[in-house]
Amino acid sequence: MELSDLAVDGNAIAGSLAEIFAVDVTSAQVQCDQCGATHPLADEKAYVRGPGSVLRCANCSAVLARFVKARDAIWLDLRGSTAWQIRTRT
Amino acid sequence: MSVISRGFGSKRAAADPRIPPGQYRTEDFPVLSAGPTPHLDTAVWALDITAVDGTRHTLSWQQLMELPDEELTVDIHCVTKWSKLGTHWRGVPVTALLDAAQFDTEDTHYALVHSYGGYSTNFPLEDLLDGKAWVVFEYDGKPLAPHHGGPARLLVPHLYLWKSAKWINGIELRPDDRLGFWESLGYHAYGDPWQEQRYVGD
Amino acid sequence: MTETHSTSRATEPVASGIPDGGPPVGEPRPGPFPWLTAELRGSWMETRTAKTLLLSVPGWTGHDPGQHVDIKLTAEDGYAAQRSYSIASASAQGWLQLTVETVSNGEVSPYLVETMDPGDKLQLRGPLGGWFRWTERLTEPALLVGGGSGIVPLMAMLRQRIQSGVATPFHLIYMARTPDHLFYANELYTLMQSHAGVTIDQLYSRSGLPDDSRPPGRLNLDDLPTPTAEPSAVAPRVYVCGPTGFVENAARLLQARGHQSDTIRTERFGPSGG
Repeated sequence: MELSDLAVDGNAIAGSLAEIFAVDVTSAQVQCDQCGATHPLADEKAYVRGPGSVLRCANCSAVLARFVKARDAIWLDLRGSTAWQIRTRT
Repeated sequence: MSVISRGFGSKRAAADPRIPPGQYRTEDFPVLSAGPTPHLDTAVWALDITAVDGTRHTLSWQQLMELPDEELTVDIHCVTKWSKLGTHWRGVPVTALLDAAQFDTEDTHYALVHSYGGYSTNFPLEDLLDGKAWVVFEYDGKPLAPHHGGPARLLVPHLYLWKSAKWINGIELRPDDRLGFWESLGYHAYGDPWQEQRYVGD
Repeated sequence: MTETHSTSRATEPVASGIPDGGPPVGEPRPGPFPWLTAELRGSWMETRTAKTLLLSVPGWTGHDPGQHVDIKLTAEDGYAAQRSYSIASASAQGWLQLTVETVSNGEVSPYLVETMDPGDKLQLRGPLGGWFRWTERLTEPALLVGGGSGIVPLMAMLRQRIQSGVATPFHLIYMARTPDHLFYANELYTLMQSHAGVTIDQLYSRSGLPDDSRPPGRLNLDDLPTPTAEPSAVAPRVYVCGPTGFVENAARLLQARGHQSDTIRTERFGPSGG
């Protein structure tokens, strides 16, 4: 097993994000603050096995968002992403 | 209300005084990460130690290897609930690193440790001194593998393992505390496993 | 029933599982997704190391193929572990199937594959994931490219196509390490023989069968059709799933073959598949 990169993709955090977002966000278009690349959240890199989840740009690996499910609260940091476009109706 | 899955986890019995509250013993060494594993060449590896006044002392790999090192066997405790007992490392005590930098630590009460890749974690300075913390470069008698934080990581066994920053590249001495990567997102600023200080407010 | 993608429905999405009254083409079932109790009813091995689990889930109203569930196991001492698995079955009320590959040194998969018995319970939530999803309302042909356990959500899509009775052309390219690593071997063979609109290319990366025309090896450009090669000559929606390395390679090759990036959806399982 290649251990050099444990990344999965944004599909893996659908469940965690469903605890706070009313609509599915795997289809959200996320723009990276660092390099400007925009991807669907599902295509961004996700690191999910640590103390929290980290979403990183599929292009440049900069941190787009971080998520922690603590005892009584969920902590969300969206610094690193310029904007999220979440479709509410297709 | 949790539903119990019969037969799951039955090997994890934790009735051992070396296991902190809420932890479970593992024989594995799980690999957890917040980002891609950096692949670092010791020829260009550097550890920056920064004083409160901004003065910087940079240690090369060669210089790290010239400092007195020691073997240590410690128990490690991850906030994701696994504990691994009796892990073997070799490394340089952080005290020796700070001595080599010859900084005046009078106004220094805290340290913010930095990693290649942008990770950070914070400490009261005294938790890095006097036999409590090392920069380690060997695990189990072999060079520390990249996925476990090699070529060198911080090891602070008396605190939760998220504080033992992999791929260490900086120690920033500070007069005030500045929260690191996980501490600024809900995790406890100090992180004592024996007081079960996992999250803010614990 | 004809559908166009720009149609907006007057009715709000209904989580009832009724096909015609359900959510518009573009919207997945809405949350919240509480933890539901699932009970194992039966299971069978697909390979020496992978097992399909048939789970009874009261309160489950179905899913769109491609979606996944989060599974949570809780031990008697309170220890809990959570993982995500793609749903293998077509949409149904009250039950679903998962196919799980044992990951050595894994925490959850060895329990599901080796320990769990009929009558045992776990918790799951979903269906999750609105992006990597197919529904029978989509009219373009579908090109499915799966590596290893990446076949699981693609099989759900194929099963849904059969269950719904639509005639959408489906082309599955399934890369397995060896014939011993194939999931759903009999079912795939039967589907291809009995459904004119379904084409299946079985590829092997390590070793194959004596009379294979393609020698075993990594996915390459020749293994993939161009966008206009499909019978209807309409560019397909492409779904790629498998370990991260497989998906990145396949996506790159597909674009080199002329598939537009906005027609390709991917799901990466990580280095070991889950």
